[in-house]
Parts: sequence; structure tokens; C-alpha cells
Amino acid sequence: MSERTVPAATTDVTAERAGPDAWWRRVQVTNLGLLIVLVLLIAVGTATSDTFLTGSNLRNILVSSSVIGVVTVGATFVIIGGGIDLSVGALVALASVWATTLQTQSYGPGVMVLCALLVGAGAGLVNGVLIAYGRLVPFIVTLSMLVGARGLAARLAENRTQLVNQQSIKNIATTDVAGVPLLVVVLALVGVVGWLLLNRTTFGRRVVAVGGNAEAARLAGIDVRRVTLWLYVLSGVCCGIAAVMIMARTTTGSSTHGQLYELDAIAAAIIGGTLLSGGRGTVVGALLGVGVFTTITNIFILNNLSTDVQNIAKGAIIIGAALLQRRTVRSTS
Amino acid sequence: MDAPLLQMRGIVKRFPGVRALDGIDLTVRAGEVHCLLGQNGAGKSTLIKVLSGAHRPDEGEISWLGRPVTFGRPTDALRAGIATIYQELDLVEGLSVADNIHLGRERAHLGWVDRRGQRAAARELLQRLGHGEIGPRREVGRLSAAARQVVSMARALAHDARLLVMDEPSAALAHNEVDNLFRVIGELTASGVAVVYISHRLEEIRRIGDVVTVLKDGRTVATGLPARTTATREIVGLMTGRSVEYVFPPRPEPSAPLDPFLERSAERSAEPSPEPVLAVEALSLKGSFADVSLTVAPGEIVGITGLVGAGRSELLETIYGARRRSGGTVAVQGRRLRPGSVVTGVAAGLGLAPEERKSQALLLDRPVGHNISLATLSRFARLGWLDRRGEAAATRRSAVELQVRPPDVDRLVRTLSGGNQQKVVLARWLLGSTRLLLLDEPTRGVDVGARVEIYGLVRRLADEGLGVLLVSSEVPEVLGLADRVLVMRDGRIIHQARATDLDEHAVLDLLMEGSAA
Repeated sequence: MSERTVPAATTDVTAERAGPDAWWRRVQVTNLGLLIVLVLLIAVGTATSDTFLTGSNLRNILVSSSVIGVVTVGATFVIIGGGIDLSVGALVALASVWATTLQTQSYGPGVMVLCALLVGAGAGLVNGVLIAYGRLVPFIVTLSMLVGARGLAARLAENRTQLVNQQSIKNIATTDVAGVPLLVVVLALVGVVGWLLLNRTTFGRRVVAVGGNAEAARLAGIDVRRVTLWLYVLSGVCCGIAAVMIMARTTTGSSTHGQLYELDAIAAAIIGGTLLSGGRGTVVGALLGVGVFTTITNIFILNNLSTDVQNIAKGAIIIGAALLQRRTVRSTS
Repeated sequence: MDAPLLQMRGIVKRFPGVRALDGIDLTVRAGEVHCLLGQNGAGKSTLIKVLSGAHRPDEGEISWLGRPVTFGRPTDALRAGIATIYQELDLVEGLSVADNIHLGRERAHLGWVDRRGQRAAARELLQRLGHGEIGPRREVGRLSAAARQVVSMARALAHDARLLVMDEPSAALAHNEVDNLFRVIGELTASGVAVVYISHRLEEIRRIGDVVTVLKDGRTVATGLPARTTATREIVGLMTGRSVEYVFPPRPEPSAPLDPFLERSAERSAEPSPEPVLAVEALSLKGSFADVSLTVAPGEIVGITGLVGAGRSELLETIYGARRRSGGTVAVQGRRLRPGSVVTGVAAGLGLAPEERKSQALLLDRPVGHNISLATLSRFARLGWLDRRGEAAATRRSAVELQVRPPDVDRLVRTLSGGNQQKVVLARWLLGSTRLLLLDEPTRGVDVGARVEIYGLVRRLADEGLGVLLVSSEVPEVLGLADRVLVMRDGRIIHQARATDLDEHAVLDLLMEGSAA
């Protein structure tokens, strides 16, 4: 290859304009749309309830976003990589139970946290091995994990709710860092790390490639199975982190924690612009999706509306987002 | 003679930049097997698509049963009685034989399917085709390729087809299955059905054909030739001598031995012959090809040509590691490769530009730059962290080097033309330490201008020391671009020679007759 350099591109305007740091080009249409939706929701909340725009309520919204938000980051990675993880809720439950058995608690809070993370990672590893190397369909594997992990959690807890007796775990839910609840800080950290992982590392690039066109990725020499394996481990680790957070918030470990998290996480990812077939999606979008959902729930609660109506509204929003996505996908292709 | 079943006159079909059909005349009579011959690119597939209603001709007229017709959609042609049997059979694998035969034309009362009646009708059709052993209840997904073909034909008959178009029907079949196919075709024509039969194999045409029509450059160059008695020489002569609309880059002075194995003894100079960048020995892939040995020297372009089903693409993919070989060895620069591992192949210096660019090589909705760096990401990373400036600079350089237009690495690949998409794939391998490029049909779907550019690029890369193994079904392309040519037939390499010692005529003789004429 000759050592030719790039000619000073005067003919090509786009190449000059678009440096790697042209951030405004990366703000996606879906994210902008979600921000608008969020602002609208805030307006509705403010109009319908006096307590909505108070510091304690906003704090409340953020805190209730935090656990599902962490789970969503992991689930979004899996979906971008062309898979699906239905087991996230069950893994949160299993990790919370395992970390709160009397035995585990006797080793202290550090071991409890480690235990939750390892359980999440281990279960994710099982998912990943079965999917990547056992060549099973992700839907089936993670569905089985959903059922199996909840069963195992119930068995470990002997169908009881286990109380957290370590004060430092409970403190996680009550501590503030510079006025921001620690749980929210954790979500922010997970979000930032997730964003960096997706946008700034070879792993992220490969995830997008595997999800977008697995055959092309394979023929480009990417180890598709290894990438797939790590995706599920990553999702499992996120579940482990979420388990610690839920233990702190509820001061319990229970096999009923994280019910329907899989659906909330997938829904948030989808309305955040993640393509269910893989190859496209953003962490920011998914987190905005979580924000939209929790804000809606909050507004409904403040206005004393039943959860039934809430769920109907959520369903409608998912469909609306999917329709919108179809339009944007079509217009770009 | 009775009136023709089908008459096509002056059919023209234009695509952006090409006249795929440029005046086709074709007359098919009831009960005859009409063979269509022509090299790849002569217009056969486009003609079939016009016949089956998938393409609408820009000019010319078609008359069917003496009446002028236009087929707007495939169902129009099917309804009229023209059924096309594609190589990739369009059957629903999960349904039974009977259900497939009646698909889209179920025997039903008020939406209630008469399953018993369908099975009886299916059994009758299959018996008529001489394949009563295929049970109507069986699931199509579990049938052999040959049996599926019979089901497709039964389906055509169930739709009252009077003309069957068959595109290389024998390509996927074993020998005894071909005999069966011919028997079925015989039964069909005896009952008045006409068959348009497309194949490159002269021996087949001689066995079952009645008349031959030869296409070249989208035109009918001869028609009504008797299939059994026309001399091979005459047929090949009609097919060759295409007006070649592209220019090939000059070959370097033959200082390097073209085949290091054959010519080693003849070498007088003290210089050691270059170690082959690729050495393949006795490579086999079950059901596809067997006992293939070849070498590629640095700076050499080796071309492989052969018919559909000869095992060309499979050979490339097996060398690359995308398919697990069933025997033999592959070595790159003396290093043996693990079977069935693309990762080690790429690490050893192989790069593949696959046949189906869009589905096998590209992330269409990702920027050009990301596509270029896909195979070499770790070069731009430290501990997994991407140096995006370095990546952008390198991919831009590579895009410029390969004349990707526009040279904008932030553009989505989807928006590029076929030729520029191919250059993106080549740029990907340039970025790495690729020693050997495997090119599978590198100019498929590429317009004439970009073709010439790609030929030039490939030659330049070779001149810079890369080895190139090129597979193409277009004989002139292989002859024009390669230094050395291997001819493949039925999964074996049957001939190899310097490109300059071969001509189109000789290669076609080999492809069609299986022996050097």
C-alpha cells in the first residue's frame, strides 16, 4: 500500500464537517422525540398535581427509575447484539435471595454485594454458553432461565422474604452523594459505563456488528460466539447490581423481586429506539425510555388513577413508539 | 406445424446503465424442450424474469396462445399457465407435500380445506410424474432436493401450467436423480407441456433437448437449432466473442514464475522462487468439492471459473475457514490453518470479499468507516478502548486509496452504489495485514465503469505483493484479470493453465463437455 495521504478535502464538505466529535450529529431523532415526550409529561404532571414538581417527588421518580434503569442498560446491550434476555427479572430475584441468606449475610456487606454480582454473572454465563455455544435460541434459553431462576430463588428462600440485617446495605438507599441519592448515582454510573462500552470500545462496535449482520461479522473475523457470550454475562452483572439496589430499597431479598422487569426493560429499550432485531440502539434512548415510564407511573399515582389505566397507557406508548420507529427506519433506508 | 405456445419478439429490458435484454426473440411450441444457452450475463435470468412476470419488458411483445399478453405480476404468468421452477425452490418447508402442491389454490369449501381431495389430487399428479413414492402427507422440509423439485413440478401442473421454465435444474442433483428428472420431463412433454430448459451442460441438452436458442449480450443470436445434431463447435462459437465492454489492466512482465510448482525446474535464476502465500492441498468439502490442490504466489492473481454448482464459492469459503473442510490442508505463508475458523484465517492474513456483499459483508446501516475497520478493530484499540481519531484517519485513507466515492467515511454504506460497496469491502482488507484476498464474484451487481476500476484496483494490489484468488462465473473476467486460470467442474479442478494460453472458446468447451476440445 502506498503512503498516500488524504487530500485536503475541499471537494468533500461532509468529511470536513464531521469530525469524530461532532456530537450534534449523533443526537438521534428518537432521543429528541423522547425528550419532547418527557417534557410534555412533566407539563402534564405539573398541571394535574401540585406535588409533581416538588423536589421530593422528582427525587422519587429518579429513585424508582434507578433499579429498572440498571437492568435496562444490560437488556439493551443484549437486544442491540441481536438477542433477547427474558430472565432479567428472575435474575434480580435470585441474586437478591442468594445475597440475603443468613449464611451470606454472616460474611458482611462486601460479600453480599459480591455474591449478588457473581450470581448475576454466573446465570448470565449459563445463558450465554447455551446460546452462543449450545446454539439454542435466546428466547428459549432465557425463558427457561426466567422460570428456573425464580424457582431456585423461591427454594433458597424457602418461600419466605429474607430481611436484610446489614445496616450498610440498607444505607445504600438512604445515602446521598452531593444531594443526589446514591441509587441514582449508581444508575448514572452504569449508564455512563454502558455508553462508553457501546460507543468507545471494540466490544461495543462488535456488538453492533453482530446484531446488525451476524454473518458479515463472522466473515470479518469477529468471534461472534464470544461476543454473544459476554453480552449475556453483562446483562447478568447488571441484574446483580440491580439486586443490591433492590435489597437496599426494600431491605429484603425475595423471590418475587423484579416481577415483569423483563417486559419493562425490553419496552424501555424499544421506545428508546433500539431495534428489536438488533444492530441499532442507544443507552441514552433506553434510559429516556425508563424515564418516560416511571414519570407516567408517578403522574398516575399522584392523580389516584388505577394501575389498570396505567398499563393501558403504557401499552399504547409502546405501540406508538414502535410505529414512530418504523417511520424513521423507513425514511433513512 | 401447429401455432406456437409462446412467442416473444424484440424484447428489451433496460436497467440503470445496462441493456440487460436488447432484442430477444423466442418461440416455444407445445410439447418441446426448448434449451436456452448463453454465458453468464447473456441475459438468461432476465429473460426468465420477464417470462415469469417478475420484470416488465420495456419494449417488445409477448403472445401466449396466439394472443398478446402483458404480465404485470408473477401471479399473472402463473394464472396464464407459465410456471417457473427456481433453483432455490419456493416451497414451504413446514407444510406437507399435498399442501404445497395446492398452495394458493386450495381446494376448499367456504374456507374449509378439503384435505382428502387435495391428497388424492397430489397423489395423482405425483404418479403422473412417475414419483408415486413421494407420499402427499410428507413434510417438504424432510425431502431430498430431487424430491422437492418433483413437488415443484407437481405444483406447476396443479396450476395447469402449459409451459415450465427450469433454470439449471440439474445443478443441485446427483447423477441418478438427473435421470429421474429427465424421465419426468419426458412425461410432461408427451402430454403437451412445453419446457424451457436452461443449462450449460451440453450432454444434457443433447439428451433431452429438441431445439436450442443461443443468447449473447441480451440478444438472440441463433434460434431453432436442432439440439441433438448441432455441432458443439458451432454452439460454442455462437456463445463466445461477446463484445467485451471493459478494459483489463496489463499484467506485469512475467518475471515471477506463474506456477511455482510446475516451473521450479525450469527456473535458472539464483533467486529462490517466492514461497506461495497460499498452499491448498487435497482440500475437500463433503457434497461440494473434493481433492482440490492449488497455490497462489505473492503478486499473483489466480482465477477459478466453473458452472453453477461446480463448488466455486464453497471452495473459497472453505479456504477462508467459513466452512469446515472435510479433508486436506490449507496453509498461508507456510502456516497451517485450523479448519472451520475464520478468526485464525483472518489472523493468518486471509481476507474474503464474499459473493453476497450485502448479506455477507456489510453493515448497511452503519457508516463506511465502521465497515472498513470491522476486521481490524483491535489495531485501533488499547485494552479494548478505541482510538477513534486514528480509526477515522486510517479508514479515510483506505477509502481514498480505493477510490470509494464519495470518500466520506461517515456516510451509511446503504447509500453507496454496488461498485462502491465492493470497494468498501476491499478497503477493509487493505487496512489489515492481509496477504491473500479471496474474491467471490467481485463485480456482481457492479456497473461497467466501476468494474474497470475494480479490475485496476485488484491488479494494483497484486502488484503491491498481495496474492489474489478470484472466483467468477464470467469467463472473460477470469481470462482478462487472472494470471493463471483453474477450471472447476463438479467439484474438481479439471484444468489449469496460464490465462494467456486459454481463450473463451477453450474454457467453455471444458465447462460444457468436461474435456479439452
